[in-house]
Amino acid sequence: MGKKVGVFVCHCGTNISATVDVEKVAEEAKKKYPGVSYATTYKYMCSDPGQKLLRDKIKEEGLTGVVVAACSPKMHERTFRNAAVKTGLNPYQVEVSNIREQCSWVHQDKAVGTEKSIDLVRMMTEKTRKDTSLDAIKVPVTKRALVIGGGIAGIQAALDIADGGNEVILVEKDASIGGHMAQLSETFPTLDCSQCILTPRMVEVAQHENIKLYTWSQVESVGGYIGNFDVKIRKKARAVDLDLCTGCSSCWQVCPSKKIKSEFDTELGNRTAIYIPFPQAIPSKPVIDKEHCLLYRDARKKNIPPEDSKVCRKCYDVCPIAPVKAIDYAQEDEIVEVKVGAIVVATGYKELPNNVYGEYGKGKYQDVITGLQFERLASASGPTEGEIRRPSDGKEPEIIVFIQCVGSRDPAKGCSYCSKTCCMYTAKHAMLYKHKVHHGHAFVFYIDIRCAGKNYEEFSLRAIEEEGATYLRGRVSRIYKKGEKLIVLGADTLTGSQVEIEADMVVLASAMKAQDDAEVVARTLSIQYDKDRFFSELHPKLRPVESSNAGIFLAGACQGPKDIPETVAQASGAAAKVMALLSSDELEREPVVAKVDRLPPPVFSTCIGCFYCQRVCPYGAIEQEDIKARDGSVIKTVARVNEGLCQGCGLCAATCRSKSVELAGFSDEQVYAEINSVEFN
Amino acid sequence: MSNETTFEPRIVAFLCNWCTYAGADLAGTGRKQYQANVRIIKLPCTGGIDPLFLIKAFERGADGILVSGCHPGDCHYNSGNYHARRRWNVFKPLLEFCGINPDRIQFSWISAAEGGKWVETINSVIDAVRVLGPFEGYQKINAIGPEGPGEGFAPSSDTTGCECK
Ligand SMILES: Cc1cc2nc3c(=O)[nH]c(=O)nc-3n(C[C@H](O)[C@H](O)[C@H](O)COP(=O)(O)OP(=O)(O)OC[C@H]3O[C@@H](n4cnc5c(N)ncnc54)[C@H](O)[C@@H]3O)c2cc1C
Ligand code: SF4
Ligand code: SF4
Repeated sequence: MGKKVGVFVCHCGTNISATVDVEKVAEEAKKKYPGVSYATTYKYMCSDPGQKLLRDKIKEEGLTGVVVAACSPKMHERTFRNAAVKTGLNPYQVEVSNIREQCSWVHQDKAVGTEKSIDLVRMMTEKTRKDTSLDAIKVPVTKRALVIGGGIAGIQAALDIADGGNEVILVEKDASIGGHMAQLSETFPTLDCSQCILTPRMVEVAQHENIKLYTWSQVESVGGYIGNFDVKIRKKARAVDLDLCTGCSSCWQVCPSKKIKSEFDTELGNRTAIYIPFPQAIPSKPVIDKEHCLLYRDARKKNIPPEDSKVCRKCYDVCPIAPVKAIDYAQEDEIVEVKVGAIVVATGYKELPNNVYGEYGKGKYQDVITGLQFERLASASGPTEGEIRRPSDGKEPEIIVFIQCVGSRDPAKGCSYCSKTCCMYTAKHAMLYKHKVHHGHAFVFYIDIRCAGKNYEEFSLRAIEEEGATYLRGRVSRIYKKGEKLIVLGADTLTGSQVEIEADMVVLASAMKAQDDAEVVARTLSIQYDKDRFFSELHPKLRPVESSNAGIFLAGACQGPKDIPETVAQASGAAAKVMALLSSDELEREPVVAKVDRLPPPVFSTCIGCFYCQRVCPYGAIEQEDIKARDGSVIKTVARVNEGLCQGCGLCAATCRSKSVELAGFSDEQVYAEINSVEFN
Repeated sequence: MSNETTFEPRIVAFLCNWCTYAGADLAGTGRKQYQANVRIIKLPCTGGIDPLFLIKAFERGADGILVSGCHPGDCHYNSGNYHARRRWNVFKPLLEFCGINPDRIQFSWISAAEGGKWVETINSVIDAVRVLGPFEGYQKINAIGPEGPGEGFAPSSDTTGCECK
């Protein structure tokens, strides 16, 4: 076929050359592989001079195919292909042989590594010899973004994108945006009031002309691809017409079910059945909790439509809106369909509930609370109006014990990771406690203090030095109740002694976990998640805001535990990526798509029209095409791939019985070339 | 013919781009060591693996094969790995019929996060095939001619393995 392939073997500093004889790999390639007309090695192929070498040699040697033996193609395939383009070589004539991640780093024996590298390079060379030139597919971009989750991450991303002049659709599953930040009292490291800095941002979202907010809503399905996602949003029936309601508060004042545990107040306070989660909620319009509402309960019991129930209806009666009331018991879920070009996932985290630890009472001691519960107690708008009081009897705790790493760094409880924020928020809690209970004493059990961050170390030292909290290095083995007191048994590993503290209240710095529905969300979006169910970024260092699915970006704690400054930074990063994407009118897509063959008459195509491919294609990309004679009569009906929809999985090609479908870039010819060249010496 | 004591199995692994290939990369990033007897072929999805690829690998001298993709429900293409599983269910009896021990082909789900699982899996496949011994079906066929194959399969001269074109 006369292809002139150039092989470039990278040393990767010593990452490859330490365990692979790179010179030998290049020599073998030149000596033994047919079609290889040039081979060399270079210290860092991805560097500027490395890329220049590649470009120069393509031109000088007249190369028509390139194999770079280097790190994983996931790292630099794009880099090398882009370099080749500058010389006029088609980028799909460039392949990467992975001799780092899958060879030099995993085999210590240099002879073995060299041998395997030689094989790997040969396989890729054979594939390259069968590579065909492909043209990127151009697709138009829908200039609108979807943000999922209205915590601080989603709020920041939505505002940035909207300020950049693009439309944003913000979908929040709760009745209000705000997320966990809205629940916090004061925030480290500056101790400014969380609501004071958050609520103006929430209002901005509500008023922004480019933002369309859907609360009490969820993303039902996502189809399409980067630049062209088709999204279905389910607006759950909230029994309140948001267009009519003015948020006057009459309804929730008259609602007779007043003793429902408030989720926002971490069950330390109560709310009504028709409610707004907190006074500054956005939208400041209520929703009916159908599980607890007397009318809906009656309707369920009698099996009648809710609007026919005569029980209660107090909120309806009091609603001042006329002629049509804003309360609508018959309201049904609504599905909204939108097209967007990019998506930001900002679904946040969940706090580990406090019933996981048997040794800490499994949630049955009322005065053993979680970090978020402490936030609500310390919050001026919380159930105790900011006074620190025991949930059991309302007394002020004089001895308080904080336990760090509850759930975190404890594989036995499912999280081997560090939740990152707890050292800081525990220091904050100890301070807030001392500010409010001057005569009280705070003990903190810790494993390590990890306060890496600007002004963080100083902040945590303040808790010890200025506020006099006693930090004890060790784990708490058990908590049990004795009269009104909680006996905390722990170890102080620095003095090597056992400690027993008679505490009034215990606060568990509970782990930040992935949301319960993280897998469902990941599946809906076709993005990857890690072993702890946090969504995976595309590259841990260099692509921290991109998900594994092009056009979908990550922001905030849904990607891993993080604090507010980091969350906001990542959200702005994701927003910048979205804006860059939406700034172009057209996008280039990898041309890895399937094609059904077409031949000259009288065959037209080897496709026999069984349409098995149509049945297996996950994207509905296979269409039926009538091949017509001049008189318009149908000669045969064969399959055709819609390139705009095809995602390049190759299911059709593997299914087709007549071998009529091929996947560009992974054609049978290319794959067999690879298999055939597996020689194994 | 290979000598029992020095027999080093030859494994070809067909991996999907999104999960297992990335998992194998992660094993590398974590410098997790494993036996070098494997050659990896990357495809977009396990659902796109034609069974004839596996046959071809045997024909070329592989002693064992690993096919590995995303966990059920995690397929980048939503359902590709289910198709791969179904196809395997149909293909396996056919292999047995042809006299190829289906233990020579292993299937697994390894996610992009499971570098450790990749190492365990590939090591165990290599070890298992080491116990099975070399796959000599093809050599036998070539040696004995039409008298009847033992553990083997008639190789096709056509590289695509299909006569329909
Ligand atoms: C006790 C405690 C104290 C803390 N104190 C501080 C502090 O002082 N300073 C600091 O910097 N950080 C602090 N943090 C960390 C802080 O809470 C997080 O950094 C921040 O809340 C992360 O924001 P987020 O938007 O990523 O997630 P979240 O705040 O969790 O918001 C996620 C949002 O997405 C919504 N959502 C979830 N799933 C879906 C879905 N499927 N569809 C639609 N919407 C969905 C949720 O309802 C929520 O509104 C503290 C954390 C804890 C536990
Ligand atoms: S599976 Fe093959 S033969 Fe059947 S319709 Fe699709 S392309 Fe045509
Ligand atoms: S490769 Fe085939 S099955 Fe996969 S998306 Fe494209 S047309 Fe559909």
